[in-house]
Amino acid sequence: MFSYYIRLALTSIRRTPVLSALMVLALGLGIGAFMTTFTVYYLMSGDPIPHKSDVLYAVQLDNWDPNDDPTESASDVQPQLTYQDGQHLMNADTPAIRQVHMYGSDMVVVPEGDDPPFNENVRATYQTFFSMFDVPFIYGSPWDKRADDDHASVIVIGRKLNDRLFNGENSVGKSIQLNDGFYQITGVIDDWQPTPRFYHVDAGRRFSDSEQIFLPFTRAIDLVLGPNGNTNCWAPLDDSLPVIEAFLKSECVWTQFWAELETPEQAAAYKDYLDNYVRDQKQIGRFQRPLNTFISNVREWLVVNRVVTNDNRVLVRLSFLFLLVCVLNTVGLLMAKFLGKSGEVAVRRAMGASRQAVFIQNLVEVATIGVAGGVAGIGLAWLGLKGIENLYRGYQHLVHLDPVMLATAVCLAVISAILAGLYPVWRVSRQAPAGLLKAL
Amino acid sequence: MLKMSNISKIYRTELVETHALRELDLHVEEGEFVAVTGPSGSGKTTFLNIAGLLESSTSGLYELDGVDVSQLNDRKRSRIRNEKVGFIFQSFNLIPDLNLADNVDVPLRYRGWSGAERRKAVGDMLDLVGLGSRQNYLPSQLSGGQQQRVAIARALAGKPRFLLADEPTGNLDSEMAGAVMKLLEDINAEGTTIVMVTHDPDLANRADRNIHILDGRASDVIPAISPNVTPLPERGVARV
Ligand SMILES: Nc1ncnc2c1ncn2[C@@H]1O[C@H](COP(=O)(O)OP(=O)(O)O)[C@@H](O)[C@H]1O
Ligand SMILES: [Mg+2]
Repeated sequence: MFSYYIRLALTSIRRTPVLSALMVLALGLGIGAFMTTFTVYYLMSGDPIPHKSDVLYAVQLDNWDPNDDPTESASDVQPQLTYQDGQHLMNADTPAIRQVHMYGSDMVVVPEGDDPPFNENVRATYQTFFSMFDVPFIYGSPWDKRADDDHASVIVIGRKLNDRLFNGENSVGKSIQLNDGFYQITGVIDDWQPTPRFYHVDAGRRFSDSEQIFLPFTRAIDLVLGPNGNTNCWAPLDDSLPVIEAFLKSECVWTQFWAELETPEQAAAYKDYLDNYVRDQKQIGRFQRPLNTFISNVREWLVVNRVVTNDNRVLVRLSFLFLLVCVLNTVGLLMAKFLGKSGEVAVRRAMGASRQAVFIQNLVEVATIGVAGGVAGIGLAWLGLKGIENLYRGYQHLVHLDPVMLATAVCLAVISAILAGLYPVWRVSRQAPAGLLKAL
Repeated sequence: MLKMSNISKIYRTELVETHALRELDLHVEEGEFVAVTGPSGSGKTTFLNIAGLLESSTSGLYELDGVDVSQLNDRKRSRIRNEKVGFIFQSFNLIPDLNLADNVDVPLRYRGWSGAERRKAVGDMLDLVGLGSRQNYLPSQLSGGQQQRVAIARALAGKPRFLLADEPTGNLDSEMAGAVMKLLEDINAEGTTIVMVTHDPDLANRADRNIHILDGRASDVIPAISPNVTPLPERGVARV
């Protein structure tokens, strides 16, 4: 019977193409607007690394200007560390299982042959990065700890770059030219795009692509690769030193620092470690503000950095209201539609269709319109997200409508259509058939 | 077969109450071909709709096939309508965007027959009314007489024992009307009980029996002896 109802629904939809198109459009617009804002919200508020988000902690130390406003929460403290503090922690025997000290940069890739050189984003980091953040490899593996200690010229590259340079073949052991040096590939990682890109949430980079090149931090410092991201300073550099050395010893913050802490006890011990480190530093005249250190796990970190803003929530609510308006509109259109169907309904009733059968038949029709509205909505949401992408830098991953979102859109559309249709369908199934047959 | 006693139907609107049927008493025997006549507005259609369980009476007793149907719920009434009753209307009431086969198929869908059973019944019925070669035509591609024949095929497809026809020839010219009447007579000869409302005295006279409804009350008139026999002059009005 269901397939019969579907067939009748399609026939009926074809009979009133304009009305049907209007309904699909109304639902599509509502769903499209809602899905656009909701996708943004969902991606922003999503857990980028669900299975580890409660053991990975971002580290903050309040080294800022003593004359600045007092610190009330982690959001008031710089989200990055100085080079010297990061290096101290990285090389110390802390209670953390693993730590990583890193920053973003860029280098010029010089392909073999005639292809022109191109710029590529680089992450200067430690081999712990890959295991801490569970980065999936397709070929090879991270470099080993010795490479970090030896400042080795090794790299891990991303799938896209490997496709571009090596046609996707296993490139482990091969070398590529970056700027004016050669670097041996130890591994190729799969497409890996935590969203939001929690490990480096500079405004404007929260939804950026993950880097395609990973290089030992120690090597990057030797190369004097500058940071490609926010660098904040509150005190002038020491001009008695060469500028690079002055920068590395400065109070400027430009590196990200993460620790992997498995238990609350470990986290507490690590926090104590940080506090003691800052107390020691106070002895030599640094950290003149009150003692403020923070560790935040991934979900807390997104809140600290206000990755989901209130605006996003307001937009989701507004677009939901808009969806309601579209649904109400659809109710009106369906009333008109079913008014025109009362003759057919009366005939079916006379032929033995129960009220329930008529109700279900017309509900199937409404749901079919809903599916069409959902598909239209997905199309419009796609356009909407493309628009947002073009409007704002750093939102490259919005038009990534995953299967969950697609299914959500269609379900939402069907539910909206059924809600819109409930009253008209109920009305048409309650109509006294006799009166209508007389009128025919 | 059909037994109505004391059936009243009152239509109430905010302004008026219409007594469409007033304490109507009426019997139809199994296998009869009954013609119902009466002036416009006298309650003929209302009577047919109640007889076919499309409407409920306001009061009175209605037995169909020995079952009191006045108190049944919608689902049971629909089932009886589907299995036992066939409807034919003055304006054919075919569903315009379904082809002939799908139109005839409508009652069978609610019967729950298998696809093969339905296809066979649809084919047989369209053959019976002489339109077997036009299964895929749309109603709009047919003449009025042909459309009414499709409507008859639809009414009969589920093999109901009881056929209710509301002025089935009202929209047809006399030649087409004659053909439709002939078809109904054949169906009746096969055993289907028929109640037909008509304005046409010639057609009424071809029925086994005439019931005249006037102002919501029924009376038997001129029991015709057999089809095609010129009726005797009116012998007076008797309550059934
Ligand atoms: N649904 C209805 N609502 C109100 N009055 C009705 C309705 N159906 C029929 N009537 C009234 O009931 C009376 C009988 O109508 P009907 O049975 O259609 O007569 P007939 O078929 O003999 O012309 C008429 O006065 C008509 O106006
Ligand atoms: Mg009538």
